[in-house]
Amino acid sequence: MKAFRIFTAGLAGLVLAASAYAAGDAKHPHAPEDGWPFEGVTGQFDQASLQRGYQVYKEVCSSCHSMKLMSYRNLGEPGGPFYDPEYPNPNDNPFVKALAAQNEILSPTPNDIGEFDYRPATPADTFRSPYPNVNAARAANNGAAPPDLSVITKARHGGASYVYSLLSGYPDQDAFVEREVDGEKVTYIDISKLSTHGGHGDEHAEGMLKVNPGQYYNPYMAGDTTPNYEGDPRHAPAGGFLAMPPQLVEGRVEYTDGTPATVEQMAHDVAQFLAWAGEPKQTKRKSLGLAVMVYLGILTILLWFSYKRIWRNVEH
Amino acid sequence: MSGHESSYTPTNAFTKWLDTRLPLVRFAQDTAINFPTPKNLNYWYTFGGILAVCLVIQIVTGVILAMHYEASIDGAFASVERIMRDVPFGWLLRYIHANGASMFFLAVYIHMFRGLYYGSYKAPREILWILGCVIYLLMMGTAFLGYMLPWGQMSYHGSNVITGLFGAIPLVGESIQTWLMGGPSIGNQTLQRFFALHYLLPFMIAGAVVLHVWALHVPGNNNPTGVEVQDVKKDTVPFHPYYTVKDAFAIVIFLIMFAVFVFYAPNVLGHADNYVEANPLVTPSHIVPEWYLLPFYAILRAITFDLGPIPAKLLGVIFMFAAIAVLFILPWLDTSKVKSMRYRPVAKQFFFGFVAVCLLLGWCGAANPDDAVIPALQGESKLVVSYNDGNGGEATSEYKGGSEAYVDARRFMDGLPEDANASISAVPAPTFAFRHLSLILTFCYFGFFVLLFFLGLTEKPKELPESIHKSVLKRHKDAEAAATPAE
Repeated sequence: MKAFRIFTAGLAGLVLAASAYAAGDAKHPHAPEDGWPFEGVTGQFDQASLQRGYQVYKEVCSSCHSMKLMSYRNLGEPGGPFYDPEYPNPNDNPFVKALAAQNEILSPTPNDIGEFDYRPATPADTFRSPYPNVNAARAANNGAAPPDLSVITKARHGGASYVYSLLSGYPDQDAFVEREVDGEKVTYIDISKLSTHGGHGDEHAEGMLKVNPGQYYNPYMAGDTTPNYEGDPRHAPAGGFLAMPPQLVEGRVEYTDGTPATVEQMAHDVAQFLAWAGEPKQTKRKSLGLAVMVYLGILTILLWFSYKRIWRNVEH
Repeated sequence: MSGHESSYTPTNAFTKWLDTRLPLVRFAQDTAINFPTPKNLNYWYTFGGILAVCLVIQIVTGVILAMHYEASIDGAFASVERIMRDVPFGWLLRYIHANGASMFFLAVYIHMFRGLYYGSYKAPREILWILGCVIYLLMMGTAFLGYMLPWGQMSYHGSNVITGLFGAIPLVGESIQTWLMGGPSIGNQTLQRFFALHYLLPFMIAGAVVLHVWALHVPGNNNPTGVEVQDVKKDTVPFHPYYTVKDAFAIVIFLIMFAVFVFYAPNVLGHADNYVEANPLVTPSHIVPEWYLLPFYAILRAITFDLGPIPAKLLGVIFMFAAIAVLFILPWLDTSKVKSMRYRPVAKQFFFGFVAVCLLLGWCGAANPDDAVIPALQGESKLVVSYNDGNGGEATSEYKGGSEAYVDARRFMDGLPEDANASISAVPAPTFAFRHLSLILTFCYFGFFVLLFFLGLTEKPKELPESIHKSVLKRHKDAEAAATPAE
């Protein structure tokens, strides 16, 4: 009987855990070697990394990806990459003002004579979008509109680790093989040459993966590689194809703080920036949580002794 | 509003004046202060109070969220994120509301299983139980409507699935579906009506809760022995302060667990796809409802066969609604005169089995129906080469085994003529999949209620205690007797 009850309780836990996971057959994303500083109950963002991450977003990602839910003022809010305690109102922060002004946007409100003109952005404006609408985004990118990155870390299993793994997980150049098929050049990836860094390597990984023009293979992308795999279909590699070519190559940005711009460093910084942007209030949430826990803990103790005292003369 | 004698005497001129006009103070005294409550209620009985707190939390946070929410397909997603970013403590309100729904269901499930175990649905509490079922039904409706509002991918495609269920009803189904959606497909008009109804239903729940409490206060609480109160002095204590303090203690413990989710894992019970704005053109690979609806989702998908003229889809819908409907007639399904399963040794075993079945159904609801329940037991997939046999027909050739099977298949393909158009694919080995398990569990689910009917006629219950008071004394004596030799 007792064992049955414990079994039932175990099941309850299992069901709760299982319901949260329902992902495709992509490789499981992994965090950078040192983990993320913002995880855990007392986690905090690394401000220098957030600043570098914004730089990567600005110089690399923002040419295709919008962040419509972000305003420049968010950059100067408490916990943000350019927060300065001297300027509690981020709209006054000169650094944020300067960052905003680097972007020329189409004013969302008409001017004195009723026309919409281009002007430098102010901290109150939302991030400049690379395309005026989704149709333009699709047309400029082979039919695949680049997703908005505002909440990307909440919208993918694995969060920041997913972003990090995807950006740094494209196959190395030496895995690519070009072959002539029916007079046309076709690109293949030699799966046996894929580096298996981090994730659990596939034991039967040999065979060729055909890469269609305009497509890029990534083991962390959700999808299905079977139709393109020339080899044992039971051992098609994990991952899928996406329309985004590998973006981060060594030295793609020149960090203003002098940090060497390795692929991992840039992926780490931009993933941390996106994790912050996905929920700018998360460190505040955790610190308030601690106070709430202490309060509820004390209340529990008081109520327990009240309960014991009130019931002391009643057999129950 | 209560079945016991009023013990309130107005003390001053004002309360005397009030008592003959609107006996508000008397009413409060009788229902929340002096109400005689069995003294042997355990912690499973605190979930009623916990649920009241959950309802208040949901309504208060919900009303404030509604002040900032925009019910339009262009603005809903962004307005929810605006609440998270720019509304002071908006993130807190939204996370409390979103996780509050899960907490509400967690508490209601425990509350319902408690009622089932101690036979709280039996005479004279049938109406009380049915009102509880009405509340549960309203809760599911409210939760489903609310899940639509963030206008994420799961919101959109989930509501597509649920409104599609009504389309399975013969003759009038399509009209009902169109009527629910307010048009031929889910769109702005659907979101607006869902929002209006999501605001309305909680107040209907609150109304049903008033009736539920009323129906509780006429016969009074059931208790773990299932023996009715005989002597109010010996068997009961006044609700205040005895149960107010016990409930308060349990509520705070519950709130601690609630707060762990809100502050440290606010999105763990949700689905990542719901942070992607709804896009009718892109269907998520795996549509799943929130965890608390998974068992019913599993029953819905368990039926994959037609039964005579009834198509599988309709049959699934019938079974799913029957799974809820059966709860309404439970008071008449259970034929046993003994309330508490403490004294029903056989029914008790089946009760825990039933709990396990419900949890396993939830597991099935979350899983892909075609996946193996135990992947380790699934054999290796076989390889199938399909090709043209040269006479215009399709032919296949199968290969089983490890990597040598692939080598054989390749060699066979290379040996075929050019125009055979051969292709190779992997076919998973037949295995015990989740859809099989779901079907078995669905029959176990309904089987439990059938069993209760026959069990009540044949089971020999244990001896019942004479009274609540005696059962308490006996337990204390037993505990002392057990404690002495152990020392």
